[in-house]
Amino acid sequence: MTAVLENVALNDEGFMTDPNEWTKEIAEVIAKQEGIETLTEDHWKIIDFCRETGLESGAAPTLRQITTGTGLTTKDLFKLFPKGPAKKVAKISGLGKPEGCV
Amino acid sequence: MTEENRKIAFICSKGDLDMAYPALVMGWAALGNGIDVTIFFTFWGMDIINKKRQTKLELSPVGNTSMKMSMMGLPTGNLGIPNWMAIIPGMTAFTSWFMKKKIAGVEAPPVDEYLQMLVDGGAELYACKMSVDMMNLSMDDFVEGVDSIVTAADFMDMTEGAQIVFI
Repeated sequence: MTAVLENVALNDEGFMTDPNEWTKEIAEVIAKQEGIETLTEDHWKIIDFCRETGLESGAAPTLRQITTGTGLTTKDLFKLFPKGPAKKVAKISGLGKPEGCV
Repeated sequence: MTEENRKIAFICSKGDLDMAYPALVMGWAALGNGIDVTIFFTFWGMDIINKKRQTKLELSPVGNTSMKMSMMGLPTGNLGIPNWMAIIPGMTAFTSWFMKKKIAGVEAPPVDEYLQMLVDGGAELYACKMSVDMMNLSMDDFVEGVDSIVTAADFMDMTEGAQIVFI
């Protein structure tokens, strides 16, 4: 499982430093490390949205941008990525921490 | 990880528009980072959860030394809104409107929507019993999402081990 992450550059907090190295397999492995056993369709909806909007800047969108952009609710977001969705979504999507506060 | 989750508690004691945001912004950031959030509303801070007041919070220019004309994009440097001007009828409405515009400009939602986001994210909200009694309020006056009315001692019990921020 960790073999996938062997050549992936992570910073001290566990965020990928090069978003272009990201693959779906990497996302699955990081998700498991973050306590999410399987990534469902809704998880992917969020991850895909983050990849689309965050790739250019390298920073993940904020939670509010995610709910607005995907149509999922705040409750969904906290259920899908429990205990700290902002960090978890960014890590799993291979992006840095969101730069906004909302 | 088996370590106990980090907890943070905010005490909101002010009902001005600008004083509603610190707990909302920091509470939301805390939830996003997996930190448990409790908010205790006391005195004027109860306006933030009061159905009739929540969407009508204001910012007064009277006695507000931070309110400079340059906020409006005027090249007036450190010049504040003159005190004689601050008391003109309609000035509080104007500064409130202006601040709401500034808040929307950074994509921050209005107070009611923001607080609902925190509730949906798992924040626990409590109203101060003494303030509720003083102002003749009850749970019916508060928005959905407020858990209950508690005493100061209850608050102390429920925030054991938490970091407390007074606003």
